[in-house]
Amino acid sequence: MTSHATEHSTGHDGHDHGHTETEGHGSFKEYLTGFILSVILTAIPFWLVMGDVISSPTGTALAVMLLAVVQIVVHMIYFLHMNSKSEGGWTMLALIFTIVIVAIAISGSLWVMYHLNTNMMPAMTEGMMKTMP
Amino acid sequence: MATQTAVHETQTPVFLAKEEPHAPSSTMLGFWIYLMSDCLIFAVLFATHGVLGRNYAAGPGPKELFDLPLVAINTSMLLFSSITYGFAMLAMAKDKKQATLVWLGITGLFGAAFVGLELFEFSHMIMEGAGPQRSAFLSSFFTLVGTHGTHVTVGIIWLITLMVQVGKYGLGAANKRRLMCLSLFWHFLDVIWIGVFSFVYLMGVLG
Repeated sequence: MTSHATEHSTGHDGHDHGHTETEGHGSFKEYLTGFILSVILTAIPFWLVMGDVISSPTGTALAVMLLAVVQIVVHMIYFLHMNSKSEGGWTMLALIFTIVIVAIAISGSLWVMYHLNTNMMPAMTEGMMKTMP
Repeated sequence: MATQTAVHETQTPVFLAKEEPHAPSSTMLGFWIYLMSDCLIFAVLFATHGVLGRNYAAGPGPKELFDLPLVAINTSMLLFSSITYGFAMLAMAKDKKQATLVWLGITGLFGAAFVGLELFEFSHMIMEGAGPQRSAFLSSFFTLVGTHGTHVTVGIIWLITLMVQVGKYGLGAANKRRLMCLSLFWHFLDVIWIGVFSFVYLMGVLG
């Protein structure tokens, strides 16, 4: 009990002086790694689209999407210094919650609107438009 | 009797230590939650653009409007500003006030270059008659990219404010905390830009 308590309090001493400061900014090496990875992950999709490297647009789109997701993860780790321990795991929890909401909002909107379009558009012929109130 | 008091003595400090810790540094978590809510704003704008992005209303589409080399330069400006902000944070960790200010200044210049290029692109498009009122695609495009640009502009104003603060009062605990918050904000905007150049520009040109 006492050992636990002392461990706790030393952790808090760090908290007051340097915790937020030291945790937030990683090292020079970390930033450089993140930067180089980002440059590569940015250059590839631009090259794929501008150079017409992959003949099928669907394949290129998938590659661009995948590279964007990878680059977002790189930024999260090397620039935003995300990990499961900062702020007692609450930042990670908030992030996961946000990702779930974002996924529902974006995929849900696209899904619903796609079906609305496919179900409504063919029926909307010229004749129907005129007879509509 | 003696052992009893000893137990009491060891127990009281434990209770005190347990109560204290959580109060001081909730700022970073709070700011992170703000960023997550900002993320939801962008998610909604991305979804809108995803739905309306193909509705050109017989107007110009992404292939005619988007200048990919310009977007690539814009992207590199934001990426450079991200790493220079990182260097500012490293200088801040070593309590080097002058170096921090120099790196923050460079970050601000890259940010300003980004906003300048974006405004140039916008004005060019509006001159060609492809303003936000032209089609649903352009409305959602200007809303999404414009919201991001507004964020960067606010970030630059915040950055200048902090440079004045640091110049005047030095790198105290309060200024360090503020710089940490802006760091999160700045890198977060770069993350959003990854989505913008991938899903709006590159996938738009793909058709």
